[in-house]
Amino acid sequence: MTTTQKQAQKPSSGIKLPPPQAINGGEAVAYAMRQINPEVVAAYPITPQTFIIEKFSEFVADGIVGTEYINVESEHAAMSACVGATAAGGRAQTATSGPGLALMYEMLWVASGMRLPIVMHLCSRSFSAPLNILCDHSDVMGMRESSWPMLIGASPQEAYDQAVVMPTIAENKQVLLPSANVLDGFTVTHSVERVEVLPDEVVKEFTGEYEPDIWALEPGSTATFGTLDANDYYFEHKRQQVEAMKNSLEVVRTQLNAVGELTGRPMNLVEEYLLDDAEVALVVLGSSEGMVRAAVDEARAEGIKVGMLRIRLFRPFPVDDVRKALEGIGAVGVLDRAIAFGTPGNALMQDLATSTRTMPDRPLLMDFVYGLGGRATPKQLFRQAVDEVFKMNESRVEPDEPAYLGLK
Amino acid sequence: MSSQPQSEQSRSESPLWQQIQPGGIGVNPGSTDRVQTGDWRTEVPVVDFERCTHCMICWVDCPDASFEVANAKLIGVDLKHCKGCGICAQVCPVKCIEMVPDSAENRETQPSNGASSESAK
Amino acid sequence: MTLKLRDLSLKPDLFGNGHGLCAGCAEPVSVRQILSALENPPVVALATGCLEVSSTRFPDTTWKVPLIHSAFENSATTISGVEAAYKALVRKGRMEDRPLTFVVFAGDGATYDIGFQWLSGALERGHKFVYVCLNNEGYMNTGIQRSSATLLGAWTTTTPSGDARPGKPEWHKDMTKIVAAHGIPYVAQAASHNWKDLITKVRKAEQADGPAFINVLTPCDRGWRFEPEKTMEVSQLMVEAGLWPLYEVVNGKYKMTGARQKKRPVIDALLSQKRFSHITKNADDATIAGIQAKVDEEWDALQALCNMPVAAE
Ligand code: SF4
Ligand code: SF4
Repeated sequence: MTTTQKQAQKPSSGIKLPPPQAINGGEAVAYAMRQINPEVVAAYPITPQTFIIEKFSEFVADGIVGTEYINVESEHAAMSACVGATAAGGRAQTATSGPGLALMYEMLWVASGMRLPIVMHLCSRSFSAPLNILCDHSDVMGMRESSWPMLIGASPQEAYDQAVVMPTIAENKQVLLPSANVLDGFTVTHSVERVEVLPDEVVKEFTGEYEPDIWALEPGSTATFGTLDANDYYFEHKRQQVEAMKNSLEVVRTQLNAVGELTGRPMNLVEEYLLDDAEVALVVLGSSEGMVRAAVDEARAEGIKVGMLRIRLFRPFPVDDVRKALEGIGAVGVLDRAIAFGTPGNALMQDLATSTRTMPDRPLLMDFVYGLGGRATPKQLFRQAVDEVFKMNESRVEPDEPAYLGLK
Repeated sequence: MSSQPQSEQSRSESPLWQQIQPGGIGVNPGSTDRVQTGDWRTEVPVVDFERCTHCMICWVDCPDASFEVANAKLIGVDLKHCKGCGICAQVCPVKCIEMVPDSAENRETQPSNGASSESAK
Repeated sequence: MTLKLRDLSLKPDLFGNGHGLCAGCAEPVSVRQILSALENPPVVALATGCLEVSSTRFPDTTWKVPLIHSAFENSATTISGVEAAYKALVRKGRMEDRPLTFVVFAGDGATYDIGFQWLSGALERGHKFVYVCLNNEGYMNTGIQRSSATLLGAWTTTTPSGDARPGKPEWHKDMTKIVAAHGIPYVAQAASHNWKDLITKVRKAEQADGPAFINVLTPCDRGWRFEPEKTMEVSQLMVEAGLWPLYEVVNGKYKMTGARQKKRPVIDALLSQKRFSHITKNADDATIAGIQAKVDEEWDALQALCNMPVAAE
């Protein structure tokens, strides 16, 4: 069954939608942020994220949000301010990209360790050096173990839909973790598309307000946030985070369903395309989906039984959903848009290998690195990948090394 | 800097991971009160209350909040927490605090808050 | 209003006992004085450091006020977030407006060095908070390493005294003046031994219409190598030798506070601390003369600033 929906359906709840907007992904996120109206937004300009904070700054300037916007002096400060604001009792959001994420890295772990449900919109970008402002997933992979639930969208529409759902995941009492809404730099942030939006009141109702149990600004509060754990409690607090990440998976599923009901655009932890009768498949993250789908369509037209799996919920990795989707598939090409240097497999490859290792008839795996530093990956290259995976399915021999798509 | 002393017993009775406050939020204000930092002491301050003018200089300069006050009067030393640093004896304007070796007899001459004198050592 | 210790002693202690700071440490003395000086209930942000590790070991805490620690360098930004959340929660009608004072406690490493940018950003943005630097002139929590607040000539574990280099070679950063250059409404230097001066400054800082900064000298008996009972005496000697002038900058106007300042040669203060013993063992040491000359020069510059008329407001 194809669950990826291109066409918006009528919302099943029958709500009357405002007119669709022709906006880019960054503006779509800012639109959702306006509707959510968080207490604090703290951010620092960095390409390709800037559309979000520029647009949101206009809402602040026009007085149509109650948000206190903090123009911090660095991304580390952005996350630090969000930590302070959330511990204080406010809902806080930020947005960043690549090197900005690297600079706030310390605070990613502080935010999750302190169990503060901050929402970050990550506009994916490569890491320096050499300096490169364009899209890849180095930053996404750089934070993958920091105990943040991470959703990766594929379009401005999904950036909006996910932005609406994020606070309800992060703030769920079974989760209480900072969470990231990933949208690909330029391909999503800068692409102007038709974006269907929900009415303000519907978003307001859906996201509610942040209602923490313990907050520093609560009258009479005497809580100490950010204590020191020696060897006596640190291990136990980390184990709690494992549980919270586990809990988040079903929360994400429920909340994606709930927002899908409102919008009429179903969203799932993983999105399948033509997998039901497929012999081989490509697995992808984010906005490359469109080009991969085109390659799949072309191969299908030539009689190759290939499908595609796009993973939306990247953390926690939806192992069961992935295994179910890949059941009966003979060989899988894994599309990695970042290099995990020196490891026995790039990040998505590692996740796939670990997830499928105990399947009775596990698919063979082959890793493709593509699109680093914004390198365009045309349809033909993904088509080549389909052919190679198809060959591997026949030879039943897995290569040791990844292939580099589009490397000169 | 020295880490906080913890009795090994209380640590081994630590709750399981499911039972502790998530995020490490401290929800027991002032609870280090239970820690007997008085164990660090080698000398103990003895106040001559005959001469004390209740100026409160010792109270305001004590690093360990170890002077017991009531109705703006000095009434004793909290030997459960006093670390014996000797600052109070130095700053007392009338020099009515003396630092003496921390022994059971010397502690007995010292008025102190209810909980402290037996539990101090 | 005259300040009476007896009145202060009637207020509840907001920083309790049983903390793990060293015997004779000046930090808890100043922290208690500052908290007792505040008129409004405080919300505190704390930087990583001696005070933090010694007072917030889970599941215990020495504090009886809401407090947030998140990292070493960013407590000024943490409090920015708290202040912003406060404003927004009130604006959105989710919380009643009530007087609160936002306070930061951070060491000199967290203020002069690693947190410099975070502090500068928060000052420039104009959040209303009182930033207190507890200045013990070094990284004492990690084992007495030099910071940019460490005095020239001082022994530390990263500026040990040897034949080629006698302690820290550089003059310290004048952080208080750097903060004053941000043009914030209230800036001051205070010291642990002078509770009256400190409390007066805290009250002014709390009333300031914008960010306020107080740099409090908090001598460290372990790091400065003196006996724990000497903490207040050493603090006083530092002030009297002109090594730590007590002054304030109110809306740009410099003013000396407190008497008995710079009435002694620097050698009196240096002799009280064994971190200078490699220098003070020889009274003719050129380093001492150098320190004296620089202190004289800075003192004169400070007096000039204090005598400078400021444009009418
Ligand atoms: S400093 Fe001396 S005189 Fe003053 S209250 Fe303390 S003991 Fe009494
Ligand atoms: S000896 Fe030190 S800790 Fe004990 S009461 Fe005196 S000042 Fe306080």
